[in-house]
Amino acid sequence: MDAQPAPRRDPVTRAAVRQLLVLGAVCVAVFAGLMAALAWASSITGGGSAVHRAIDFETRTITLVLEDEPPQLDSTRSTDAISFRILGHVMEGLIRYDASNDLVPGVAERWEIRPEGATFWLREDARWSDGRPVTAHDFVFAWRKVVDPANASEYAFILYPVRHAEAINTRTLPVEQLGVRAVSPRVLEVEFEGPVAFFDKLVAFGLYFPVREDFYESRGERYGADAVDLLYNGPFAMTRWVHGAHVRLEKNPHYWNRDTVQLNTIDMPYVTSDTTAAVNLFKDGSIASTGLGQEQLEEAMKLRWNLGRYVDGSVFYVDFNFRPERPTSNVHLRRALQLVNDSAELVNKVIALPGYQPGVSMFPGWLTGVEGPFRHEYPPPVVTPDHDKAREHLAIARQELGDIRPLVLLTDDSPIANKQAEYYQNLFQRTLGIEIRLDKQIFKQRLEKMTSGDFDMVAAGWGPDYADPLTYGDLYASWNGNNRGLYENPELDAQVRIAQSSLDPRTRMDAFGEIQRILIEDAVHLPAFERGRLFVQRPELRGVVRRTVGTDPDYTHAWLEETP
Amino acid sequence: MLAYTVKRLLQGAATVWFIATATFVAMHSVPGDPLANQRATSEEIRRNLEERYGLDRPVIEQYGIFLGSMLRGDFGISFTQENRRVNDIIRENFPVSATLGILAVTFAALGGILWGALTALYRNRLPDLVITFLVILGISVPSFVVAALGQLALVNLNAAVGEPLLPVAGWGTLRHMIVPSLVLGLGTMAYLTRLMRSSMLEIADADFIRTARAKGLPPTRIFLKHQLRNAILPVVTVLGPAIAAITTGGFVVELVFAIPGLGRYFVTAVQQLDYTVIMGTTVFYGAFLVVMVIAVDLLYGWIDPRVRLE
Amino acid sequence: MTPPLRFQPADFEPISAGPPTAAPSRPSLSYWQDSWRRLRRNRRAFVSLAIVAALGVFAVAGPWIWPRDPAAQDVDQISQAPALPPTAAIVDPYTPWAGVTAEPPADGPRWEPASAGPSVTNLRLAEPATTQAVRLVWDGVEGAAGYVVYRSVYDPAPDRALGLPLGDTVGAARVSYEDRLDVEERRYWYSVVVLGEDSTERDAYATLVVEPVRAVSAEEAELRGWVADASRISPGDTIALPYHPLGTDYLGRDLLARLMHGARVSLFIGVVAPLLYVLAGIVVGSAAGFIGGRVDQLLMRFADFVVALPFLLFMILFKVAFGIGPGESGILPMLVALVLLSWPAAARLVRGQILQVRQEAYVAASRLLGAKTGYLVFRHMIPQTMGVILVTLTFAVPSAIFTEAFLSFIGMGVAPPTPSWGSMANEGIRTMLSHPHELLFPAFAISIAVLAFNLLGDGLRDALDVRMRGRE
Repeated sequence: MDAQPAPRRDPVTRAAVRQLLVLGAVCVAVFAGLMAALAWASSITGGGSAVHRAIDFETRTITLVLEDEPPQLDSTRSTDAISFRILGHVMEGLIRYDASNDLVPGVAERWEIRPEGATFWLREDARWSDGRPVTAHDFVFAWRKVVDPANASEYAFILYPVRHAEAINTRTLPVEQLGVRAVSPRVLEVEFEGPVAFFDKLVAFGLYFPVREDFYESRGERYGADAVDLLYNGPFAMTRWVHGAHVRLEKNPHYWNRDTVQLNTIDMPYVTSDTTAAVNLFKDGSIASTGLGQEQLEEAMKLRWNLGRYVDGSVFYVDFNFRPERPTSNVHLRRALQLVNDSAELVNKVIALPGYQPGVSMFPGWLTGVEGPFRHEYPPPVVTPDHDKAREHLAIARQELGDIRPLVLLTDDSPIANKQAEYYQNLFQRTLGIEIRLDKQIFKQRLEKMTSGDFDMVAAGWGPDYADPLTYGDLYASWNGNNRGLYENPELDAQVRIAQSSLDPRTRMDAFGEIQRILIEDAVHLPAFERGRLFVQRPELRGVVRRTVGTDPDYTHAWLEETP
Repeated sequence: MLAYTVKRLLQGAATVWFIATATFVAMHSVPGDPLANQRATSEEIRRNLEERYGLDRPVIEQYGIFLGSMLRGDFGISFTQENRRVNDIIRENFPVSATLGILAVTFAALGGILWGALTALYRNRLPDLVITFLVILGISVPSFVVAALGQLALVNLNAAVGEPLLPVAGWGTLRHMIVPSLVLGLGTMAYLTRLMRSSMLEIADADFIRTARAKGLPPTRIFLKHQLRNAILPVVTVLGPAIAAITTGGFVVELVFAIPGLGRYFVTAVQQLDYTVIMGTTVFYGAFLVVMVIAVDLLYGWIDPRVRLE
Repeated sequence: MTPPLRFQPADFEPISAGPPTAAPSRPSLSYWQDSWRRLRRNRRAFVSLAIVAALGVFAVAGPWIWPRDPAAQDVDQISQAPALPPTAAIVDPYTPWAGVTAEPPADGPRWEPASAGPSVTNLRLAEPATTQAVRLVWDGVEGAAGYVVYRSVYDPAPDRALGLPLGDTVGAARVSYEDRLDVEERRYWYSVVVLGEDSTERDAYATLVVEPVRAVSAEEAELRGWVADASRISPGDTIALPYHPLGTDYLGRDLLARLMHGARVSLFIGVVAPLLYVLAGIVVGSAAGFIGGRVDQLLMRFADFVVALPFLLFMILFKVAFGIGPGESGILPMLVALVLLSWPAAARLVRGQILQVRQEAYVAASRLLGAKTGYLVFRHMIPQTMGVILVTLTFAVPSAIFTEAFLSFIGMGVAPPTPSWGSMANEGIRTMLSHPHELLFPAFAISIAVLAFNLLGDGLRDALDVRMRGRE
C-alpha cells in the first residue's frame, strides 16, 4: 500500500490526465491511420474484397466457406475431396451426374460400353474456357498423364481397367501403349484390360477429366497451381485463387450447357476447417451453408434452423493386424472384441450426431444391389453384443496365446477419431479387461505406421471412389496395398476375383454378399459407423445436390429464390 | 560502428546456418513418411516421388543441396501443394502474418503505454485496480480461449446491432484485421502495461523529477518531458522482440479467424510432414528474428548514447 | 602538533572477544529470513503462495480425496453440467424393437420447401419413454413415400422449426420409429412429417412432447459398478448414480477427477520443465562465468544460437521429431523440448549474475579479508544469484503451462486419454456454447495457476531484491 496517498487535487495528476486524454486521442488516430495504410498495402498483396454476405440476388452470387485449400488442381494428380469438389465444378468428364444422381452425357453426347472396350462420341459444342473445342485428344493426353510413372499420380490405379495402364504405371510398357486413342477429334476409343461392369461410373471420376496438351506444356510445373494456370471446360471457371484465403468460381461462358447454370458466382473467401468458425460465419449471415458438428446442435435448435442431413458414403471401422506375431491374428481374440463392440452405443451416445448410422458391415447402406438396396438383398449377419460369449472366446484366446499383452490402437488426431479411440479403450478394458494403448499420431506418421504394420488395431475409414460395391469389396484382397493388416484368405480372394471379372449383376452381388459374410464371421474388422453429414443452409439457396459419390456438394444445378 | 555492424551481421549469418541445420536434423529425425498417402501407392510411384524431391539421395547430400539452394534463396517445391514453390508460399502468406503482427504490436504498445501511465498515476486507486485486474485477465487466460471468445462476442455484437459491424473471420480488408489484431496483441499489451507502470513509478521517485518540481516547472511539462519520456524507454526496447515474437506466434489467431498467415501454413505443414515448407518457414522465420534483433540493437545504440556498441 | 604516539607492548596484544560495544536494536536477520518476512508482508504474493500450495495439494492429494477414475466413462451421462446427484430407474435390459429405425436417408437431402399435404395422426409413445429409447408410433397416411422424424428441445410452433432430423422411414406402412440418439432426461418435442410421393416433405406435422425418464438396466448397473449385485434390484427400483460435482466431459468422465489428474500433468510440466532448464542453465552459466575465456565464449555463442531458434516453431518440430509411442502420454518429449529450447536464457542470466557479483566491492573486500572461495560462493554468490533464479523460475512456470495448452490446441499436446488442463480446455472450447462448464473449469484452473505464479513471482522479486532492503 502507498504510505502517503497522493492528494486528490494534485496538479501533476490533473495535468497528466489531460495529457493522457490527448495522447489517447492521438493513439486512436495513429492506429486508425496505420490500419488504413496496411489495408491499402494488403490490397496490393492479395485479398482486398469487401465484407461478404451470404447471398446476393442481383449478381446471383453465393458465399461459402472452404474447409481446406486444395493442394493443387491438376486433375491428373488430385487425391483429396476438396480438390475433387472444385474440379467437379470447373471441369467436366465424358459422363457426369445430374441433379437426381443419374449418369447423363457430359462432354460425350453418347457412348457405347462393350465387354472389351468402349466408344465415346464427343459433343460438338464442348469448349474450353478459351473458346477452343474439347477434343478426344485432350482425354488421351490426360489419361496418359495419369498413368505416366513420371507424373507419379497416386490415384493412377483408378485407370487400371484401361488396357496396359498398370503395366505402364509400373514402367514395363511405354505410355503410348495405353489402350485409349482418338479415332477422330470427336471419337474416343477405349480398350479394356478385362471386363469392367461400371466403366460409365468410373468415367465420371475426376482422374478421367480432360487436359489440353498445349496449355499443359505451356504452364510447365505450374499447371494447376493458380487460377490462371488452369483451363476449364466445366460449368464454372475459377477466376480467383488467393492461397489459403479465397477461391472464387464464376460461370463459364463457354460451357456447352451454360443455359442451365443459374448461379453466376460461387465465392469462397473463407478457408477454415474449424466448424465453430464456420457456424459463426453462418450465424453472422456471411455464408449460405455450413456443416454442423455435435457441439452446435443445441445452438441450431435454439436458433430454429432448418437442418438437412445425408450420408457421405464413408464407412469407418477398426482394422486388425494379421501379421502372425500380433495377438490380433488370433480369431478368438478378434471374436471376443467383436462381441463387445456396440456400434449403436458409439453412434448414439458418443458421436451423437443425427445422420450417422451404426456400422454393421463393410458395405454401407446406400449401395445398390441387383435391384434394390444391397443391404436389403444381402442383409449382413447380425452380431449382438454378448459379454458372456465374448469372455468365452477370450478364454480360448488366452489358452492359445498365453498372456495377452496390451494391444496398441493406432489413431489419428481428428476429434472424432480421438473420441472413438478413447471410447474403445475404456470399452475393452471395462468389459474384457484387455488393456489398450492408444497410439495417436499425426496423419503421415499414422499412415507410415499402418503401412509398416506397426499396430494391433487401427481406426480407419474408407470413402467410395465410384458407386459400385467393389470400391469397398476388394479392400481385403491379399494383393490390395490398402489391406494394411495383411489379411489373407483365399476364399475371399476368389470372391473378389469373381466380382472384378464378372459382368453379371447377380453373380457380382452374390460375391459381395459372400465377402460381407466372411468379413463378419472371421471378425476381420470391427464396424464403427457410416458417416453422416448434418448441415444448415439458407432457405433462399435451392437445388444444391449432396452426394455420396461424386462432386459434393454440387452447386451446378442450384438457384436462388427469394422467399416470401 | 561499421565494424560492429559487420560483426553482428556475420554472427547473424552463422545463427541462420545453425537454425537451418537444427531444422534439417529435426526434420530428418521425424518418424513417419512424408510421401505416405491415404490410398496405397505402388513402389514405382514412390520412387518417382522420391526422385522428384531428392529423397533418394544420401542424407548428407540432401543437406548439401538444401544449404546450397538456401544460399540462393530457394526453398524448393512444397510436398503437399505439389506445384507451388515454398518461396511463393512465404511471399504470399508472410505479409499477412506481418501485417497482423505489426497491428497487434502497435495496439499493444499504444494500449500498454496508456494504461500503464494511467495505473501509475492512479496508483492503488480505483482506475489502477480495475486496469490491473483486466491486465491480469489478459495474461492469465490462454490465447485460444481469448480468440474463441472474441469471435463469439463479435457474432453476438453483430446480431445485436442487426448489421454486420465487423466480419467474423476471413482476411482482406481493414475490417477483417481489427478484432484478430486486438486479440493477438492482448497478451503483449498486458505485459507492456505492467512494464510501463513499474517504469513510471520508478521514475516518479527519481531525483530529477523532484528537482524539476522544486524548480517549479509546470506539471504538464514535468509529466510529458521528464516522466513519460523516460518511462517509455524500457517499453520501446522490448518492442522489437515483441514484433518478431507476435509475428511468428500468431498461429492461434490465424487458425481461429481463418487468416491465411504463414503460421497456419506451418501447422498444416507439420501435420502433413511437408519437409520443404517446414524447413523454408523455419529458416525464414529464424532469419527474420535474427535480423530484427540486430536491427533493434543497432537502432538502440543510435538512439541512446549511453549504450556503447563494442 | 599532536604529541607523538607512544606504543606499548600491550597495544600489540590481540583484543579479546568481549561483549559487543553497541548491540543492534533489532534481532539480526539472515537474507532468507528477511526475504520471508517481506514476502509475508506482501499480501498479494502471500495469497498467491497459498494458492500455489493449494494447487499442489489439489494435484497431489486430490485424487486420494476424490478417488474417481478419470478414465471411467459413463456414456449415459455425457457432458452433464454440475448438478445434484442423479438417480435412475431400473428397467429391463434393452432389446431391439421390431419397429425400428432409420434407413439411411435417400441419396441427397430434400431441400425443397414443404408442400401442402396431410399430417400423420395419433402420434404416441409405444411404451414409456426412457433414456434407453423413445419408441414412437403413429397412424400413417395413405400413399406416403415415408416419414421423417424430427426432435427438438424447443416447441416447433409457430414457425415449423422441427429441430434435428433424426431419421427416415421408407414406405407408408412404416409407422414407427425408435430414437436412441443421446436421449437425456429433459423435455423433447418429437415431430413426424409425411414424405410425399415426390420425396418432398408435407408441411403439416404432428408433434408429441416427451419427457424420458433416466433409466438403466440392472445388468448394466452392475457392469458399471453402481450396484454390487444385479439380482437384488428389479425393474421399478431406483438407484443413485455416481455424483459428478463439476459435471462430466464428452465421454461422461468425471470432470473433477480429470481436473485433478490434469493438474498433475500441467503442473508437472509447468514446474519440472523450468526446474530442469534452470538447473541446466545454472550448470552451464556458472561454468561459463567461473572458467571464462574460451569456454565462456564457446558456451555463450552456442546459447546465442539456441536463443535465436523460433520458440513455438521448434517446440512443434521437436514434439513431432521425438514422437510418442503407443500408450505414452507425451509428457516426456514435451519436457525435453522445453528444456532444450529454454536453458540458454537461464544460463545467460546466471553467467551475468556471477560476473557481476565477482566484481562487487564487498566480494573483493571479503576476499581481502581472507575469505576462501567456498565461503565466497556460498555466502555471496549463491544468495545473490538464488534470488534472481527463483524469480525466473516462478515466471517460467506460467509460460510452460501456456506452452502445454498451446500445443494441445494445435493437436500436439499430451496424448489421450491422459488429461491435462490444456487438452481439456481445447476439448471444451468446441462445446463452449452447449456445455460451457467443460471449458470453464479447465480454463479457470489454467488462469488461476498462471495468475498465482505471476503474482508470486512479483512478490518474490520484491522480497528477494537486495536493493529493496530497508525500503518499504
